Amino acid sequence: MSRQRSLGIAFALAVIAVAIGVVLSYSIHWFPVQASVQAKNTDRLYHVLVLASIPIFVIVVTVILYSIWQFHMKPGEELKDGPPIHGNTRLEVFWTAIPTVLLLGLVSYSFVVLHENEKKPAREIQIGVTGQQFAWTYQYPPSVTGGAPLNSSQLYVPKGESVNFGMHSKDVIHAFWIPAFRLQEDVVPGITTHYRATAVRLGNYPVVCNLLCGLGHSLMRSTVHVVTEAQFQAWIKSQVTAGSSTAAAGSTSSGATG
Amino acid sequence: MAAKLRAPGFYRAGWMMVGGALFATALTWLVRMATGHSTFQHFISPDAILSVSLLAVPLAFLIGIGGFDYWFYWAIGRPTRPEDHSSHGAYTWKDYFRINTDHKVIGIQYLVNSFFFLLVGGLLALLMRAQLAQPGSHFVDANTFNGLFSVHASLLIFLFMVPVFAGFGNYVIPLMIGAPDMAFPRLNALSFWLLPVAGMIMLGSFFAPGGAFADGWTAYAPLSVNAPIGQTFFSIGVQFAGASSIMTALNFLVTIITMRAPGMSFFRMPLLVWANFATSLLVVIATPFIAASQFFVLLDRALGFNFFNAAKGGDVLMYQHVFWFYSHPAVYIMILPGFGIISEVIAVKSRKPIFGYRMMAFSLLAIVGLGFTVWAHHMFTSGMAAWIRIPMAITTAIIAVPTGIKVFSWLATLWRGVLHLDTAMLFALGFITTFTLGGISGIMLAMVPFDIHVSATYFIVAHIHYVLFGGSLMTIFAGVYYWFPKMTGRMYDERLGKWHFWTTFIFVNLTFAPMHVLGLQGMPRRVATYAAQFADLNLFISIASFGLGATTLLFVYNMVTSWRGGPRAVSNPWRALTLEWQVSSPPPIFNFDRLPTVVGGPYEYGVPGAVHGIFAPAPAPTVAGAGAGVVSAPSQ
Ligand SMILES: [Cu+2]
Ligand SMILES: [Cu+2]
Repeated sequence: MSRQRSLGIAFALAVIAVAIGVVLSYSIHWFPVQASVQAKNTDRLYHVLVLASIPIFVIVVTVILYSIWQFHMKPGEELKDGPPIHGNTRLEVFWTAIPTVLLLGLVSYSFVVLHENEKKPAREIQIGVTGQQFAWTYQYPPSVTGGAPLNSSQLYVPKGESVNFGMHSKDVIHAFWIPAFRLQEDVVPGITTHYRATAVRLGNYPVVCNLLCGLGHSLMRSTVHVVTEAQFQAWIKSQVTAGSSTAAAGSTSSGATG
Repeated sequence: MAAKLRAPGFYRAGWMMVGGALFATALTWLVRMATGHSTFQHFISPDAILSVSLLAVPLAFLIGIGGFDYWFYWAIGRPTRPEDHSSHGAYTWKDYFRINTDHKVIGIQYLVNSFFFLLVGGLLALLMRAQLAQPGSHFVDANTFNGLFSVHASLLIFLFMVPVFAGFGNYVIPLMIGAPDMAFPRLNALSFWLLPVAGMIMLGSFFAPGGAFADGWTAYAPLSVNAPIGQTFFSIGVQFAGASSIMTALNFLVTIITMRAPGMSFFRMPLLVWANFATSLLVVIATPFIAASQFFVLLDRALGFNFFNAAKGGDVLMYQHVFWFYSHPAVYIMILPGFGIISEVIAVKSRKPIFGYRMMAFSLLAIVGLGFTVWAHHMFTSGMAAWIRIPMAITTAIIAVPTGIKVFSWLATLWRGVLHLDTAMLFALGFITTFTLGGISGIMLAMVPFDIHVSATYFIVAHIHYVLFGGSLMTIFAGVYYWFPKMTGRMYDERLGKWHFWTTFIFVNLTFAPMHVLGLQGMPRRVATYAAQFADLNLFISIASFGLGATTLLFVYNMVTSWRGGPRAVSNPWRALTLEWQVSSPPPIFNFDRLPTVVGGPYEYGVPGAVHGIFAPAPAPTVAGAGAGVVSAPSQ
């Protein structure tokens, strides 16, 4: 078989492999549901990254398989050497420059997404998050309750509203991760950390502690309830009136979803 | 008997270790008394005694086996013997179990010791997979499970990945550059014996009250500060392993800089030597930082320094910065020497010069430089100042460029070669494939919004195992098969080797690929149980991981039987040009009976009549009478 013909076959197979990869990358359910604005942006970024990666991986594997196919030692070549090619400056410049441009492009796009996900909206509400071994509690300030601050073991957020979570820890480091929002940040003793999430899908989603915090780490779970604005106000009201002794609510974890 | 107790060796080490423990007890008793503890009521603090013992007993062991004898002689003014080669070389298997100054013996000691801990660390992983086969299982309890993954990672990083490459370097570098030994043979001997000590300390933590250290190999403060005494085994074990790394790296640097054969310019060095040169720079600069991070934890734990106690003005995030300032470069410490191995194997087995040799060398140095500018990509979700994420994300993306150059150069080296597809070559090609996948997921992780979602999930577990198992371990297997004839003087079983490759390659992917999906789907790492939705994939992974574990048996069987009874190896079975193949297998006791002179590049395959090194004519009788004096005798 001529070199040209075998190269043609390899090229065709590589194109088919890329096509299969692209189809697969869209048909696999990589992520949990998209329950926040941020999730949509991040998932799009992920798909762009996968699309950029497929051709690179296919090129590498194609060259390896092609070399095995065409250049493996044949009988009688036991003492034969290949041609003494030491390099090719143009080729080397090419495969330094192209990846550099590609990587800078991707990382720039990631900064656009990052900015989009973190920018301060015109209006936002504050909810406090407290991590302690091995439970989450949530603080709703007067600006949210319209009255006395509320401390609860349950997390309710209104759909469509930007929520700024202010997180602190009573003991060791935890991480406040809501996979359905694609957001997490460590909860660190001594400092308050933040992230913003805008929920866009009604439902209950897991809250996961994602930083090893001791024996109960695997079970340090809670739930975020995304509800309508009206339901949110109703829930707040019910909690505030449920008793002035809401402080007790913080001591037990009712987030038994994990 | 009395002589045995006085002479360096295990007997002397035994009684000295008892002495070390007594010393630790007495010291803590005295200090506690002096600081106001009641003499008899609470003079014994098991934790305090254990903490001091963990430093004193291993030191006593090292003194006992003779690791410091020469320096002690010198320090007290006793006569030393600079030309002393009494502890050089191995004539029986017993010579591998004492202080030995022969770099070839030390190389084997390193490799065998490392593979022992690979098997132990792998076994711990299988226990974890047994627990994770289904959600809510009670195969082990939470504390044991946390101990399993912590010790698993610590052993495989500090007792396998880092030292196994030092083992290859020890054996091969002096031979490759035409030197009789390493620059500092006694330091070399000591650096090896620190390793079993570190390994035993880490494994021993399983017997500590409260169980093994259980805060991950990252040992984040303040969790590690308030953990049971097992944590101290990690803090101190790391010191011994780290000291070993630094000693070896200094030794490599001095050896490579000062002991190259005539004609061996830097740009005639094989790329394995370049790779170890680059790695040693990383080790020497970075390792003190992990030592510091663990000393901080130790001081917090033992003496209440409050470095990481936020309530007392401590800075929790500082721990992570110091820790990752080592532990990111450590990733390159665990892969650059592997790049070197792959360059050797691919050039020789493709029968072609390495494509773009100089770029291969420069890209190593670029990785060394850039490697120190990316550490905070492990901290994108840590709560550090937000702006740090931007420069660190850019450097993290850019560091993929020199790595890419290497991959493309290997591919170009294959092109139009005459590929000998034996076991070493298969592992090299398999490495390029799986490592590319690990590299791609690494680039994804540089993208901050994506990293925010998958940080500390099974996606990270998948990524690191693609890099370290699919990457580094593949290079290590390639290296073992490639140099096995040189090290043992025997050939391995090629058929078994190929079986080992294919089963490993398949099971690595079956085990680790599904972990990407688990992470994206929302499964955190370091958990002993998980939500029911992850059950199917986890069962699949557990089954695959047992297959992966079983493949190791093929390897061990092949190595043991071939070493004992394989066919004799000729000096240069691969027709390689580099110097280690120009001497007998195994090499003569001082490597070169005749001094080599380097006259060309190391990979001139296909160049008619090319040679890398030539040997000087046999030395005149007067010089030969000096025996080892042909080569300048190494001294401290
Ligand atoms: Cu946790
Ligand atoms: Cu890193």
